[in-house]
Amino acid sequence: MAKSDTKKSTRSRRPEDAGRRDFIVIATNAMFGLGAAAVAWPLIDQMNPAADTLALANIEVDVSKIEEGQSITVKWRGKPVFIRHRTEDEIARASATDIADLRDPESDEVRAEKPGYLVLVGVCTHLGCVPLGQKTGEVKGDYDGWFCPCHGSHYDTSGRIRKGPAPTNLEVPPYTFLSDSVIRIG
Amino acid sequence: MSAEKFQNPVVRWIDHRLPVFSMLDHEKYDYPVPKNLNYMWNFGVLAGLSLAIMIITGIVLAMSYTAHVDYAFDAVERIMRDVNHGWMIRYIHMNAASFFFIVVYIHIFRGLYYGSYKAPRELLWILGVVIFLLMMATAFMGYVLPWGQMSFWGATVITNLFSAIPVVGDSIVTLLWGGFSVDNPTLNRFFSLHYLMPFVIAGVVVLHIIALHRFGSNNPIGIDASGPQDTISFHPYYTMKDMVGIAVFLLLLAVAVFFFPNAMGHPDNYIPANPLQTPAHIVPEWYFLPFYAILRAVPDKLGGVLLMFGAIAVLFILPWLDRSPVRSARFRPLFRIFFWLLLIDAVVLGYLGGKPAEGIYVVLSRIATAWYFLHFLVILPLLSVFETTKPLPKSISEPVLKYPASRKGPMGAGLEPAE
Repeated sequence: MAKSDTKKSTRSRRPEDAGRRDFIVIATNAMFGLGAAAVAWPLIDQMNPAADTLALANIEVDVSKIEEGQSITVKWRGKPVFIRHRTEDEIARASATDIADLRDPESDEVRAEKPGYLVLVGVCTHLGCVPLGQKTGEVKGDYDGWFCPCHGSHYDTSGRIRKGPAPTNLEVPPYTFLSDSVIRIG
Repeated sequence: MSAEKFQNPVVRWIDHRLPVFSMLDHEKYDYPVPKNLNYMWNFGVLAGLSLAIMIITGIVLAMSYTAHVDYAFDAVERIMRDVNHGWMIRYIHMNAASFFFIVVYIHIFRGLYYGSYKAPRELLWILGVVIFLLMMATAFMGYVLPWGQMSFWGATVITNLFSAIPVVGDSIVTLLWGGFSVDNPTLNRFFSLHYLMPFVIAGVVVLHIIALHRFGSNNPIGIDASGPQDTISFHPYYTMKDMVGIAVFLLLLAVAVFFFPNAMGHPDNYIPANPLQTPAHIVPEWYFLPFYAILRAVPDKLGGVLLMFGAIAVLFILPWLDRSPVRSARFRPLFRIFFWLLLIDAVVLGYLGGKPAEGIYVVLSRIATAWYFLHFLVILPLLSVFETTKPLPKSISEPVLKYPASRKGPMGAGLEPAE
């Protein structure tokens, strides 16, 4: 009725103007969309890590106090990082494993910069639980590395997945040896 | 019907089951709006926009805020320095609060000038005053959250207002505080309520709009639209007109946020709250100053508090104080003079509220306070009886058609002769 007339009259008054009108409408809407996106971005980006959070994103650890066969757990970016001073036996077993048998093939040399010290993010790659095996007496799994109690993933002495639902090996965080005894993680 | 209304098949499918698009269409095209609205009618939309900006930035700020006396100040400083774009979001929130009040004050004085509170829009007006009260409560509690000196002492002074209530006053203040002074429990509940209130406001805004759409907008002439020849559809005419106001509003807000972000704030609020030391000169935010002046004008504690709340209470009964049948001040020569005097009086009260309570300022505050109440309680009822109003035009179209391209030139939309 009267309303739909009003509506139509504002849409396409003269057929020869249709193209120009469409162009103006599309250009206006595009500018509006750009503006809306520009406004939305700061409101979304504020959820990303803040400057003070990023400033705490790397840590330095003195590993000289860790005896052979001992592990320590340090916190890095809110997550546990396992640092293990491995025994000769563990290193030998890790490097003797046939890579072809692994679900996520990776050699032990790649995973440990210095074979004596293995640095891992202590978060199971399945669904994010912290695997057992850091403390003496804890279950270490069938391959004598780590065992995730949540869904039964077994990791070997190089932190590689051998059995269970986890898809990939325990992550090796970026780290460098600042000296023989101090490493910086992150 | 609805099948023809929308070309997009998805819209048509949804609208058949959930007629939201029909409702939008209804508001856009079927809602008749007087065709002579001037730019003063932009401020309702601008108030709504301000509320939206406040809610969005507020939700975002709450993501990085900690409501604890030991962490609140640092949390706000962290937002300013470390959180991505946090400084901008907080400055928008701070300045949009002030802009919200500017817009609402103009909206209120628009209503006063054009008699928008008169029958049949009394409830519309009263709901507006309710929104204003809720806004003041929300703004006050929001100002406490950064936990600076002004936050703390503002909270102390305002909550102490309730101690003026006879007998139960002190118990009420203790209840508000959740302790024996403004402290962590107070901050926690203020944060909770500050988050809640904007949504209550949004609810009352919906009622405000329902009441508005019952009889439609008032207009500068203040007479009812006599038929379709006096109205145009909201869209595209007033959506476009509102866009102009929105652009100007956002431009000014951007200027404030990016160039003068602290102009409307108080430097003392960048000092962490100290319960053992009151700043030498404490003032509320500028939008409370007129009411603060009224509070301080009265030498009696209870009297001051009553008068301050009375200054708002009088707005609730305004539709029954001004009984003149003529709405718009354009046709009320005496009322128009008194309107401008009231506006000046309000500005003077605001100025005095920011001055120390001593000497000439107290005397002037008393005169200005007296004038405020005189205006509403004596002058308006008398004007309703004794004022001789100018003759009203017969319709909204008539004055425009009579003086084509005269002083009402800018309102070009009204110049087209009705079909």
